[in-house]
Amino acid sequence: MLSPDEIRKINHEIALVPVRKAACIEALKIVQQHRGWISDDSLRAIAAYLEMSAEELDSVATFYNLIFRKPVGRNIILMCDSISCYVMGYREVYEKLQVLLNIRFGETTPDARFTLLPNACLGSCDHAPVLMINEDTYRGLTIEKLEEILQEYK
Amino acid sequence: MEMPLTQHISSNRPALHLKDYTSVGGYQSVHKALQSLTPQEVTKMVQDSDLKGRGGAGFNTGMKWSFVPMNTTGQTKYLIANADEMEPGTFKDRLLLEGNPHQLIEGMIVSAYAIQANISYIFLRWAYKKAARLIQTAIHEAYAAGYLGKNILGSGFNLEMHLHTGVGRYICGEETALLNALEGKRATPRTKPPFPQVSGLFGKPTIVNNVETLCNIPHIVNNGPDWFRGLSPGSDAGTKLYGISGRVNRPGLWELPMGTTMRELIETHAGGMKKDFRFRAALPGGASTDFLVEEHLDVKMDYQSVSAAGSRLGTGTMIILDDQTCPVGFIHNLEHFFAQESCGWCTPCREGLPWTEKILLSIENGEGRQEDLDLLAMHTRYMGPGNTFCALAPGAMEPLQSGLKYFRADFERHINEKNCPWR
Ligand SMILES: Cc1cc2nc3c(=O)[nH]c(=O)nc-3n(C[C@H](O)[C@H](O)[C@H](O)COP(=O)(O)O)c2cc1C
Ligand code: SF4
Repeated sequence: MLSPDEIRKINHEIALVPVRKAACIEALKIVQQHRGWISDDSLRAIAAYLEMSAEELDSVATFYNLIFRKPVGRNIILMCDSISCYVMGYREVYEKLQVLLNIRFGETTPDARFTLLPNACLGSCDHAPVLMINEDTYRGLTIEKLEEILQEYK
Repeated sequence: MEMPLTQHISSNRPALHLKDYTSVGGYQSVHKALQSLTPQEVTKMVQDSDLKGRGGAGFNTGMKWSFVPMNTTGQTKYLIANADEMEPGTFKDRLLLEGNPHQLIEGMIVSAYAIQANISYIFLRWAYKKAARLIQTAIHEAYAAGYLGKNILGSGFNLEMHLHTGVGRYICGEETALLNALEGKRATPRTKPPFPQVSGLFGKPTIVNNVETLCNIPHIVNNGPDWFRGLSPGSDAGTKLYGISGRVNRPGLWELPMGTTMRELIETHAGGMKKDFRFRAALPGGASTDFLVEEHLDVKMDYQSVSAAGSRLGTGTMIILDDQTCPVGFIHNLEHFFAQESCGWCTPCREGLPWTEKILLSIENGEGRQEDLDLLAMHTRYMGPGNTFCALAPGAMEPLQSGLKYFRADFERHINEKNCPWR
């Protein structure tokens, strides 16, 4: 079931496109924002509302790496693993993160505080290495700074 | 030296709001184009300026616009700003988006007028949060000031503008995949023809242009094509946002005349290599361009000169390979990216890139065989231009094919010594 608030926002997106299901990525984003991730039930609810099959919607949902089809932690760490960060030492930062959080890429801490994911180039290559936590970008990372940065996120 | 694109961008203060932007001449080109030029005249100016697309392919922008059917009163057409910027090593559009969003909006209004498009989108990558906030505010301001909406400046021209943020995947930057993403589909590229100029978003005529391309438009319309060509001493017109990342003293971005040499960029602007590091090679324009090496340092960074040296200007943002970074590891990292980002639509790319990545990893780990080098070379041909559905795979092969040429001895050392000499 979609909430009234979700429906209101999805309707706004539907109004902008010529066919109803063209709003499906926006709808996935809206529901993910409310619920953290897209469960099978959420997927079916969105598909029904947009008059498309759940299978078709799932083919879209699983294509994009920032639509989560599994539960994630309260805070998402996206760590750039592309070339400029590779040259500037992302490996060290990643290793330190693994120690601090005791998880690897693709995993969530048992207390659901953090999910750690690799991400393609974050577009701050002149300040590599770089990572994002939720909406915030951290540039010029050093392993010394990491612990303090993580403290900010509960 | 003139720096039209970045003249109103400063790291010491936030981006200009509309009223401050108009007080320094912002939106003048909208007045000029909508009130005194026909759409065809605008297109002709842009074509004569020799502005080439800054998204990587380098096609004449005015020429591209000229393929859009005109005399189509009442037909929906679209203009899209490609702000997906996900090419590894590329961070130039971010500066324009965060530094002066009104310049992009101004360029889009004039460009939309030239092709008579009434709906426009900015397709922004998810990671650019700050840009998203600034663009949204700027769009509101532009509506409030009458630069967007119905009957702009009394000219009878209408334009809607929407911000769309993506949900990941490099392939969304490929213009036809971008159209599918905007239509709420999987972002796989489309067959061409039909070209988007004729049948694009929702089957309507559509132009997709890079952010930097569109930001040049106001200046061309204000100052004319001759001025624009005169900005560069070389064979390609205008200025270019050049960037450098890697082990240099001052990584960064600079707006310079098109055709500035690699040496000047590295030595003067980036302050040379960091102490104890030596330059070995550079990817001149992002991850999907061929390596250039020391002998190429005096190459001018314009479309023709970089091609003549065996690479591509691409996005003009250079990634430096230094002597303390393993070239095999470097190339493995690139191919890992491309293998991850393959959209999976066509077989050579979907299957070939993961194989390429695995072979490179085994060489890097000291488990490679001499035959693997031939196998890699074969893959660069199989995934070369013309064999795949879009340009992702051929782009992925560029650093590999040139890497095999310039770093053959390094590959062989990994194989013969059965480990990575840099570890
Ligand atoms: C895999 C792939 C990714 C691309 N990503 C981008 C991108 O992020 N931004 C961009 O402007 N162009 C990108 N392009 C190029 C676009 O397809 C298109 O050529 C460009 O947006 C046209 O704009 P221009 O003529 O102004 O350069 C990409 C191309 C490919 C093959
Ligand atoms: S070359 Fe790769 S990215 Fe392009 S269509 Fe084929 S599978 Fe997709």
